[in-house]
Amino acid sequence: MSFPWAKEYTPTNPVMKFLDEKLPLPRLVYNAVGAGYPVPRNLSYFWNFGVLAGFFLVLQIVTGVVLAMHYAANAQVAFATTEHIMRDVNWGWLMRYAHANGASFFFIVVYLHIFRGFYYSSYKAPREMIWLLGVVIFLLMMATAFMGYVLPWGQMSFWGAKVITGLFGAIPLIGEPIQVWLLGGFAPDNAALNRFFSLHFLLPFVIAGVVILHIWALHIPGSSNPTGVEVKSESDTLPFHPYYTAKDGFGLGVALLLYFGLVFFLPNYLGHPDNYIEANPLSTPAHIVPEWYFWPFYAILRAFTADFFFIPAKLMGVLAMFSAILLWFFLPWLDKSPVRSGHYRPLFRKFFWFGLIPAMAVLFYCGGAPAEEPFVMLSQIATAYYFLHFLVILPIVSQIEKPEPLPYSITEAVLGSDDKAVLGENATPAV
Amino acid sequence: MSKLLSIRLVAIIVGLGFTVAVLWAFVSGALAVIQEGELKPATAEHEFHEYPKQYAWSFDGPFGKWDTGQLQRGFKVYNEVCSACHSLNYVAFRDLEALGYDEGQIKAFAASKQVPGIDPQTGEATSRPGLPTDYFPSPYPNAVAAAAANNNAIPPDLSLITKARHDGTNYVASLLTGYREVPAELKKEFPDFALSPTGHYNPYFANLGLAMAPPLTSAGQVTYDDGTEATVEQMSKDVAAFLAWTAEPTMVKRKQTGWPVLIFLLFATVLAYLSKQQIWAAAKRKDD
Repeated sequence: MSFPWAKEYTPTNPVMKFLDEKLPLPRLVYNAVGAGYPVPRNLSYFWNFGVLAGFFLVLQIVTGVVLAMHYAANAQVAFATTEHIMRDVNWGWLMRYAHANGASFFFIVVYLHIFRGFYYSSYKAPREMIWLLGVVIFLLMMATAFMGYVLPWGQMSFWGAKVITGLFGAIPLIGEPIQVWLLGGFAPDNAALNRFFSLHFLLPFVIAGVVILHIWALHIPGSSNPTGVEVKSESDTLPFHPYYTAKDGFGLGVALLLYFGLVFFLPNYLGHPDNYIEANPLSTPAHIVPEWYFWPFYAILRAFTADFFFIPAKLMGVLAMFSAILLWFFLPWLDKSPVRSGHYRPLFRKFFWFGLIPAMAVLFYCGGAPAEEPFVMLSQIATAYYFLHFLVILPIVSQIEKPEPLPYSITEAVLGSDDKAVLGENATPAV
Repeated sequence: MSKLLSIRLVAIIVGLGFTVAVLWAFVSGALAVIQEGELKPATAEHEFHEYPKQYAWSFDGPFGKWDTGQLQRGFKVYNEVCSACHSLNYVAFRDLEALGYDEGQIKAFAASKQVPGIDPQTGEATSRPGLPTDYFPSPYPNAVAAAAANNNAIPPDLSLITKARHDGTNYVASLLTGYREVPAELKKEFPDFALSPTGHYNPYFANLGLAMAPPLTSAGQVTYDDGTEATVEQMSKDVAAFLAWTAEPTMVKRKQTGWPVLIFLLFATVLAYLSKQQIWAAAKRKDD
């Protein structure tokens, strides 16, 4: 499961020797994120975000477990216990702000991780399984974050829960019974709050489990890299420790500076004021918006404003919103270009920077804006591009594009020459 | 190969399907816009609503601190004016210590308020003088009573009000000083615009018609103990500052905790960068 030149774990300390014989946990760590894992030597800072995502998952679990000790999932007191945490619990305000902004940072690093994957086609063979598990993690994260936002039982908690569970009501015939079953009632109340708390506590551990599978699957082909050329020889790689532990350490420092800057100085910047008003089923907020990390998908949901033949607009929007993420599962088989990295794909690169990124930016902005013109029309155009990009442009581009010549090896890309490079071997793209 | 081709063929068909459906919605929306002749109908609420005035607060910015004198004045305004209708549910009398009051003052103030209690002899619901551990009592026994006394508009709890509104501290101060007559231009532009019979025109309120009558109307309405002149604007600012404190009593502690954390992290990040540079120096050479 690794390259033949990977360093082997050789304990010298008798305790470690004993442990290695009985339960080789240090060996596992050594081979997973230690000197025993050879990694391409040319990884850019875009390869930091996996480790950062792992860090924020652990941070969320730790702060979340502490918060759960002081929180009560009961519609009568949930809002008050949240304020109790903010006012009376020692360092409770820090735990809550760290958890709320930790969710935002978890999404920031995961979005960067995903877009790294889009640009460098990290989803392509032999890494399909890593990608599929990653999409599963992202879906679990969305569910967890949504249910977590309901727990403070503010106005946005309540109305967000109502809108999102209402989406299931769009399913013909069985939609409404499903919605009632999910909520345990006709509107969000105690039953919904309790089950959301239960699932919000459970799902992070499910995510942690899938993360282990994600990393396991990663260690079979090894990490991808910015050239997209696979590792050929030992000179293409460096041991994860100390090279990438040091690089990730620096990346973590920068991320934590930004994160704690937000936690201590602008803790409510990414939140919504309405969530400091206790949930009131009789008073609908003027604009119901989800948290920022859902905005692009919320914009896709709201873009479908007209019935399409026999499909009601709402159902169409729900189908589109779920499809917008589910289609990521098919990327490895839609993009058949033999070249992975966007660096060597001139046509793909244009569509990425001048198509996908602006479309996502527009969807992001419009998802947070009120549902009025011109935001609706803008999000309709961006939604059209989003689906065209992944489902039409990507398959066609990979067919017609003429990729630029690839370096012979990672060594050549980094150091300018590779003794092993043989003239003519570049005629076929190395994959 | 043919199987893969068919996956891509299905994808292209599905992708075109979604595209046609969303562009269909776009066209019907665009047609509506063309028919209306404008992107969205202009409303008085949209045209005449104003963003809060920007005041300078002592607790603004990363080095901000509470001005306890101002908080005490604001507390007095709340106690003498606002508390007639607005509750302060999440604040306890003991919390007032942060405003610079000593134990005796807090005990005396708590005792001056009647809080719900139980008669120890009969077990009947009654009221008793407050203790420092009690929370500020609500002016109404329940929401129905609050609605009945206020033309159906329940006065919101003020504990979190500055966090529950955009730019909340400025919003509260602006709102309290923002009452005026309906502007002549508004009547000219929107002849159909009518305040609700119980509404008071205020451009800082989202729908321009605030149910609350102007609470601070004349200078000296509250007598300040520290000699500050109690103009309407001064009282508005002081009570807004007090409500910023009730919304987040830990705000200053939060900012003061932030600095050592950031300085430590900056130091650690510089160290991490230097060690990364040193470790990678060897790898930059062609050594293998």
